[in-house]
Amino acid sequence: MRLIQETDFGTPASRTEKTVTLTVDGFEVTVPEGTSVMRASMEAGIQIPKLCATDMVDAFGSCRMCLVEIEGRRGTPSSCTTPVADGMVVHTQTEQLKGLRRGVMELYISDHPLDCLTCAANGDCELQDMAGAVGLRDVRYGYEGDNHVQTRNGDQPNMRWMPKDESNPYFTYDPSKCIVCSRCVRACEEVQGTFALTIEGRGFDSRVSPGMHEDFLSSECVSCGACVQACPTATLTEKSVIEIGQPEHSVVTTCAYCGVGCSFKAEMRGEELVRMVPYKDGKANRGHSCVKGRFAWGYANHKDRILNPMIRETIDEPWREVSWEEALSFTANKLKSLQKDYGKNSIGVITSSRCTNEETFLVQKLTRAVFGNNNTDTCARVCHSPTGYGLGQAFGTSAGTQDFDSVEHTDVVIVVGANPTDGHPVFGSRLKKRLREGAKLIVIDPRRIDLVRTPHVAASHHLPLKPGTNVAVMTALSHVIVTEGLMDEAFIRERCDWDEFQDYAEFVSDEKHSPEATEAYTGVPAGELRAAARLFATGGNGAIYYGLGVTEHSQGSTTVMAIANLAMLTGNIGRPGVGVNPLRGQNNVQGSCDMGSFPHELPGYRHVKLPEVREIFESLWGVEIDPEPGLRIPNMLDAAVDGTFKGIYIQGEDILQSDPDTHHVAAGLAAMECVIVHDLFLNETANYAHVFLPGSTFLEKDGTFTNAERRINRVRKVMSPKNGYADWEVTQLLANAMGANWTYTHPSQVMEEIAATTPSFANVTYDLLEEKGSVQWPCNDANPEGSPVMHVDGFVRGKGKFIVTEYVATDERTGPRFPLLLTTGRILSQYNVGAQTRRTPNSVWHDEDRLEIHPHDAEQRGIRDGDYVRLASRAGETSLRALITDRVAPGVVYTTFHHPGTQANVITTDYSDWATNCPEYKVTAVQVTPSNGPTEWQVEYEEQAKQARRIVHAEPAE
Amino acid sequence: MSPDKLVRMANQIATFFRSKPHDEGVAGVADHINNFWEPRMRAQLFDLYAQGGEGLDALVIEARDKIRPVTQSA
Ligand code: SF4
Ligand code: SF4
Ligand code: SF4
Ligand code: FES
Repeated sequence: MRLIQETDFGTPASRTEKTVTLTVDGFEVTVPEGTSVMRASMEAGIQIPKLCATDMVDAFGSCRMCLVEIEGRRGTPSSCTTPVADGMVVHTQTEQLKGLRRGVMELYISDHPLDCLTCAANGDCELQDMAGAVGLRDVRYGYEGDNHVQTRNGDQPNMRWMPKDESNPYFTYDPSKCIVCSRCVRACEEVQGTFALTIEGRGFDSRVSPGMHEDFLSSECVSCGACVQACPTATLTEKSVIEIGQPEHSVVTTCAYCGVGCSFKAEMRGEELVRMVPYKDGKANRGHSCVKGRFAWGYANHKDRILNPMIRETIDEPWREVSWEEALSFTANKLKSLQKDYGKNSIGVITSSRCTNEETFLVQKLTRAVFGNNNTDTCARVCHSPTGYGLGQAFGTSAGTQDFDSVEHTDVVIVVGANPTDGHPVFGSRLKKRLREGAKLIVIDPRRIDLVRTPHVAASHHLPLKPGTNVAVMTALSHVIVTEGLMDEAFIRERCDWDEFQDYAEFVSDEKHSPEATEAYTGVPAGELRAAARLFATGGNGAIYYGLGVTEHSQGSTTVMAIANLAMLTGNIGRPGVGVNPLRGQNNVQGSCDMGSFPHELPGYRHVKLPEVREIFESLWGVEIDPEPGLRIPNMLDAAVDGTFKGIYIQGEDILQSDPDTHHVAAGLAAMECVIVHDLFLNETANYAHVFLPGSTFLEKDGTFTNAERRINRVRKVMSPKNGYADWEVTQLLANAMGANWTYTHPSQVMEEIAATTPSFANVTYDLLEEKGSVQWPCNDANPEGSPVMHVDGFVRGKGKFIVTEYVATDERTGPRFPLLLTTGRILSQYNVGAQTRRTPNSVWHDEDRLEIHPHDAEQRGIRDGDYVRLASRAGETSLRALITDRVAPGVVYTTFHHPGTQANVITTDYSDWATNCPEYKVTAVQVTPSNGPTEWQVEYEEQAKQARRIVHAEPAE
Repeated sequence: MSPDKLVRMANQIATFFRSKPHDEGVAGVADHINNFWEPRMRAQLFDLYAQGGEGLDALVIEARDKIRPVTQSA
């Protein structure tokens, strides 16, 4: 193993197809037109000295290190800003150039501290490298003159010197080492799109400054780390590097947070992780990342992490640490006796969208092959199950149609019910980049999300609909397109069922679906909606990106179908730049669905009722598979309360915090006799558990994650599991304790089993992933390289299906008792239930959930910004602090759900999507009133949680 | 689960299929329930039918004969 060094070509690649040929130092090289001389030389293997250029940002041409001579041209142009031309003859090293470069270097070094030996960047500093490259041997100017290095000039304080800024928890800014190359500024603008940094002052005075002369933490900075990665010196440096030192080897792996699935180099020193650096070859992220993936991995070593198995007879006892053998035989005996007493369907599993494909596959296999039932579900139930159902009906397969690169070819984007800059930050950055290039944006969301107005990006239309009226708004868009004759008839005739389209066209053309008619209950101004529809239908390549604001509704599945209708209507399927793109919440939501986590389908989305599909698994596993669908999570909880569901194995999920209607979840868990939680921490669900099996982090195991673009990415082990076993091994131990005879020794063998049984994975192997880096399913004989874009020549189901989408108001309505609508979401720095991110310094950005409320609603209730308020629905009540803002419309309130103390899900109800039981998180009728602190429930809960977390540690063996 | 909740879930499904032609709607409701409802839930639905099906949408009532009987015990 070694430290992976990615080549820095100095300037970004040119995308033109036309090529030109030039000669660099006698070598001929052919490159695309528009390439810089610097990049062309690097392609030929000749590295021209440089400081202000790097290939993640456009060239700026300020440092004058990269000078070259070009035959027939006067002077010494900088190679980073000079484009190649046919027949050009370039010399990179001449007496003149050597002298000039040394002179430049001398000036830089004369204003730079000479503490190289003790500098954190020692060994990873481009200034140091360049000093070496140009042969700098002495510096004629001393530090007596003007400089930024010394705190004092003689007996006077040096007014140019600035102290270090250590406000960001993950990196430091040391202005005394800055060479003002502006790479950080350009990275923040071009890659991240936040525009948090500027160069303040001019000439020798100039310095990098976050915001208006603020520190990093108080500025607009979102801590993505792009500037740190871009900085050629120690000026911006990870605190972990300062603490530990430079890494010595690195391993490519995949972020375990969100569905973007960014690739990273985990840079290591032995088994210690030094830093995570986004991998340029990562096809989802192209070298970028967000604060979570790059920095928030400290939870892996957090003191709260549980490393030993624990058991207890009842949940009011303290936990008892035991050996793995004891924990597993205790568990197996309990599960077996439950099945004996209450029937084989009395137990089940929940798979995790945070775990690998291989782990998920084994957990569903556990229930199907060992427990003998189909009681398996996954937390995707509560987020994207409507995507599966809706897209399955319309197109014939349950997945996004594009890759993330596709956005680079998009002309009009609809973002509906998603907040990419917070929820899917790297995609958000890539989207913003495209919008800055001129693509148009339509946002459909009750709340004014950041994208609506952010530096150098503004939405053409924001349709601030009332929560719960998605179907009406999407159908109204189609109404405009059909009645104004803007649909793509050729596409529809060729690709879709024409009769079904006729029915559909008749349905949407009805006056009652017009924007004018629906405005009364959607709250969306008709004119704005019409303009948005026209833009989408006529603006070129149109792509729709959506999130949980679409799915987590009574009509979630219907909205997904309405989105599919809109894409087919406008011919926006089957090529780059278009498509229907669900933004998946957790890292492996796509994978956990693919792997047969749902109770009605085997891996590859095939219903358990189909004998030919069961047969594939039956013959391989040597068992009989139950043809009846199993219980979904909400059904499991209902059955538990009814007394027919008694035991559950939950891998890597915290249903008590993440699922709606907390009281009901708690009652279900409390009614079970054997709850097994397999996780890193004693999460909220574990308060009701009898067995705790310690889990491993993504750094401690091998496997694969499948991101929102169907991309299968490798997860690679960089350190040994602190708890002793990778999660797939724990599941295997449990299966074997129950009498199975599994003998996997590596997750690649599980992938072989997946490929052998699941047609869309037929050609996936670890060798292929090694070779290609990643592949997008379907990957089989028909698509041996995988499939970046789906439905290219035809839909998976044959003809695309238009489905009539009648709007039905949710039963959840406001009234005198609960006059406001609550909707929920997430924030950049925290992740989901926060189990990981709350255990990192990310909490400096978000240490509590706040309730956003419009100034008008706040004033009516006598609520001031920061006041504690009581938030009540018919399901329950909680309290939190108010944040007064006009981002939410009057009548709507909004909160995040990252902190267990808030328990926002005490408020949400048990209403759910008609087709999939995906809970209706996004609409709850509530009342907000002033309060002086935590509710009785919060106090009780706190106390109960404390009791439930007591541990009696095992005596260390003598 | 509470009968009210089961009735609401069944009726939600019926609501979606109401916009289809009648026969297709009835078949749609039955298929959906056959595909996604675990035997315990179907058993409970049959109990409701036996008690007169109070509160159930007309489409759900009509779908009764097309819903797969429950053979195994829980
Ligand atoms: S960390 Fe990211 S957002 Fe913050 S200044 Fe650097 S590039 Fe900009
Ligand atoms: S902080 Fe680093 S990247 Fe930014 S201008 Fe200074 S040296 Fe260049
Ligand atoms: S959380 Fe998402 S966007 Fe951020 S680094 Fe991880 S995968 Fe990428
Ligand atoms: S690298 Fe070309 S001018 Fe700085």
